[in-house]
Amino acid sequence: MTMHGTRVYPDEPAGSFPSPPVTFEDRDGRSIVVRPFESEEPRLDALTEMYVQFDPADRAQGIPPTGEKRVRDWLETICADGLNVAAWDDDSVIGHATLVPDVDDPAAVDDAGEIAWELAIFVLQEYQRAGIGTELLEALLGYASEQGVENVWLTVERWNSPAIALYERVGFEVCGAESFEQEMSIRLG
Amino acid sequence: MNVLLGIEGSDESMKTLRSTIERTSDVGDELTVAVVEKPEAKRSQAEMCEHAETLLAEAGVDAELTMLEGDPGSALVEFAERGEFDQLVIGGGTESPMGKIRLGPITEFVLLNAPTTVKLVR
Repeated sequence: MTMHGTRVYPDEPAGSFPSPPVTFEDRDGRSIVVRPFESEEPRLDALTEMYVQFDPADRAQGIPPTGEKRVRDWLETICADGLNVAAWDDDSVIGHATLVPDVDDPAAVDDAGEIAWELAIFVLQEYQRAGIGTELLEALLGYASEQGVENVWLTVERWNSPAIALYERVGFEVCGAESFEQEMSIRLG
Repeated sequence: MNVLLGIEGSDESMKTLRSTIERTSDVGDELTVAVVEKPEAKRSQAEMCEHAETLLAEAGVDAELTMLEGDPGSALVEFAERGEFDQLVIGGGTESPMGKIRLGPITEFVLLNAPTTVKLVR
């Protein structure tokens, strides 16, 4: 593991990831497409709608926020500064993965590889356990890699073993001290 | 109520300090402020004591102020056990760039080990 900023990252870059758009059939036979997310209307409305429908029991560490106004404010911030992909079933967003720059002033960043990025992923309840999370995560990392992103980290609740297993499968490794949240990181080539 | 406030040198602790002093002067609680050691924090233990002293004086709140040596979580819990405190107040975590709430190892230790009621300040 190698230090970058305040975290350690795996020495070896993770394997190559597909560039979105990625189309696949999920385990329940639904045709899903993952595309880079452009935040203009009406797409932002479709993404907001997904989070409005999101089961509050599946929130983690306070996100997504609840209530349409707070969801929209949160999305506007992460869409303005971050890299995003969304999974679509027809014209509904059913999954979203995002990378947010880990800096005080995102506007001042001119090399995506110089900074660290925080990752999060959400899949709507009725689309969970269908293989969508893996596709979404790989598409986000493929997209990020094209944009020059190298260092990605995340936190996950320590008891959330399905999520930890998913992150490990794509190449994330445990880093940093354990607390209620487990920190994990990945290096992209 | 007899309140013990535990702080280190972070912005999170500064916020918790301000909010607890305000609460104390509003309701007339008894307050003890314990400053723990956290070498990686933005402000040193001594600086944090000075900040606490100044803010308490400005608010006209009469509180006991103490510095605790050693591992911050266990020092705080041990101090809480020795006194007659009704509540132990600590910071309620920080937010990641994404907006995720993060609780550090001191918070985790205090929550799992403190004999008193614990309050997290957001």
